[in-house]
Amino acid sequence: MQLVVNIAVLASIYALISCGYVLIYRVSRVLSLAHGELMMLGAYGLVTTASLFAAQPGVAVAAAGLLAAATGALVYWVLMRRMTGEAVLAAVLATIALGILLRGAMVLIWSAQVQHPARMLGFDNPVVALPGGARLSTISLLLVGMNALVYLALWWFLTRTRYGIAMRAAGQNPRLAAQRGINLHAVYALAWGIAVFTGGLTGILIACDAGLDATMATIGLKAFPAALVGGLDSLVGALCGAVIVATAEVLLIHYVDPLLSDVVPFLVLTAMLIVRPWGLFGSREELDRV
Amino acid sequence: MPHASGYFRTTYGQDTRLVDTRTQRVAAGAFICALIALPWLANPFVLDLANQTLLAVVGAVALMLLTGFAGQISLGHAGLMAAGAFCTGILSKELGASIWLTLPASAATGALLGVIFGLPSLRLRGLYLAVSTLALHFIVIYLGHEYETRRGFSTGIVIDPPRVFGWELVDGRAWYVVFLIAAGGTVLIALNWLRSRTGRAWRALHGREAVAEALGIHVPLYKLLAFVASSTLTAMLGCLFAYYRGFVSGEAFSLFLSIQYVAMVIIGGMGSIAGAVMGAVFVTLFPYGIEWLVGLVSEALPEMRGLQNAVFAINYAAFGLVMILFLVFEPQGLAGIWRRVQAYFLMWPFKQKPLSGGGK
Repeated sequence: MQLVVNIAVLASIYALISCGYVLIYRVSRVLSLAHGELMMLGAYGLVTTASLFAAQPGVAVAAAGLLAAATGALVYWVLMRRMTGEAVLAAVLATIALGILLRGAMVLIWSAQVQHPARMLGFDNPVVALPGGARLSTISLLLVGMNALVYLALWWFLTRTRYGIAMRAAGQNPRLAAQRGINLHAVYALAWGIAVFTGGLTGILIACDAGLDATMATIGLKAFPAALVGGLDSLVGALCGAVIVATAEVLLIHYVDPLLSDVVPFLVLTAMLIVRPWGLFGSREELDRV
Repeated sequence: MPHASGYFRTTYGQDTRLVDTRTQRVAAGAFICALIALPWLANPFVLDLANQTLLAVVGAVALMLLTGFAGQISLGHAGLMAAGAFCTGILSKELGASIWLTLPASAATGALLGVIFGLPSLRLRGLYLAVSTLALHFIVIYLGHEYETRRGFSTGIVIDPPRVFGWELVDGRAWYVVFLIAAGGTVLIALNWLRSRTGRAWRALHGREAVAEALGIHVPLYKLLAFVASSTLTAMLGCLFAYYRGFVSGEAFSLFLSIQYVAMVIIGGMGSIAGAVMGAVFVTLFPYGIEWLVGLVSEALPEMRGLQNAVFAINYAAFGLVMILFLVFEPQGLAGIWRRVQAYFLMWPFKQKPLSGGGK
């Protein structure tokens, strides 16, 4: 039972992070390898807002979320806008370079020590006992709930609202979308904003649960196989991929070797790339040259 | 190389020549003399820097062959280096093997891994290929870690300095000679490959695969060959690196190292061996330059003394920033800048836009 709970929590983490990868890739065909760092930035944003609004935790969390969304749009506006039309490799490398820059800058600003934003805001994180003898922390429970909420919201946004439909159109055929009066730069910036917002939200929740230091970016990188296994341009795929990767990881750690933790997602990824490179639900596409 | 009044090459022999004017010959001779004289003039710190740079040159040239010429992305360069280093560490620890066994064994491991890294490239392109090499990087590092913990070397494998012809290689100068031969050899091998059939096939692959195939180039074979060539060189680099450090540990081969090598290729300029060398020099010396700058600043402004503790983070941030600046403003890299400077002097007093992609 505990294993099932662990899988659910880990899958939620991976799914929440990988929806950011999927959103950015689906709309602008760019793989953002800085997602882990952006997620961490969101969590550090909470550290800052928590010290500003220590009395009102709700305000602090909302401000951190807004900050993350603004960061995403800013990243697009300042950096990625210049990379549109460049080779895929250049865009991916730009995100990698951004990740390195952010990592250094974050250590400079907030130091490398472990931070506990939950304690700063006065949240406590009691253990909840579930039927069947499994236990998990409140924030983990919140994480699972948040995952469902985010995916429902994204589904609603992408299929029911004007901007969501514009976003899908831009992803499908950017030139045609531009012809029909869709502002591509605005749509891309919005996609980056939402992606970093969901990433930041994940970062905030993980930071509240387990503390915050420079290792968080690794979780972001580990979540990325989940997105790829499901298919880089499919949100349903990201969800399934997250469940598959999380199941494999939890089971292998439990039954084989705890050291495997860092490598399991990549093993699953390699297997998937050999069998079906475009993922479970992804669309087969003409893959690009360097 | 374009000269003031045009190309003067009239035969194939001239076209494959590496240095073709007297000035170039003199400059190349002077450069080689300076390289040979360096260890007798430099202090140990500079010598260590030179050694690191020469090692980086080997890796950067190897990656340049793969990425800059054959057009295959690899984010697993550090994994290949780790494979060579672990191969050396394991053989010398378990069998007490000498460098004459570990170096070829590393090369063989590298070649094998090159095939494994290269196999996905037959099906995947671009982004997906980059991702698969990234995955293999983590798998190789995991296997290395696994060996370390299983055998109880959890902090790393210590390697004795190798003996070559009765000499024990411990001195920085002796290593300098070894690395100079390795780097010079790698550059020469790369240049020779590139002006022969193999190199032309790689360039054709980079240009467009379908056309390359129509021209009679065996695409899978040459793709694999590019991976094998690059990873063999890289694994041998890993072997030398392990001996030089006297110590092998998975931590030394992080993803950041892979990215550094990719940065060397990007900053140096895609599709240029000279660019790979310049990129290697730039990226290797960059952190020391930053450290020096930070030292200057904290000396001038005593209230900024705290910076000295943050050198590591500043390095990271500055490195990312420089990489972004090159990607955005100078995609041709240092080689592109060099070409432009050259064109400026050649054309003076006239001005002409640099030939895009021209020259070597």
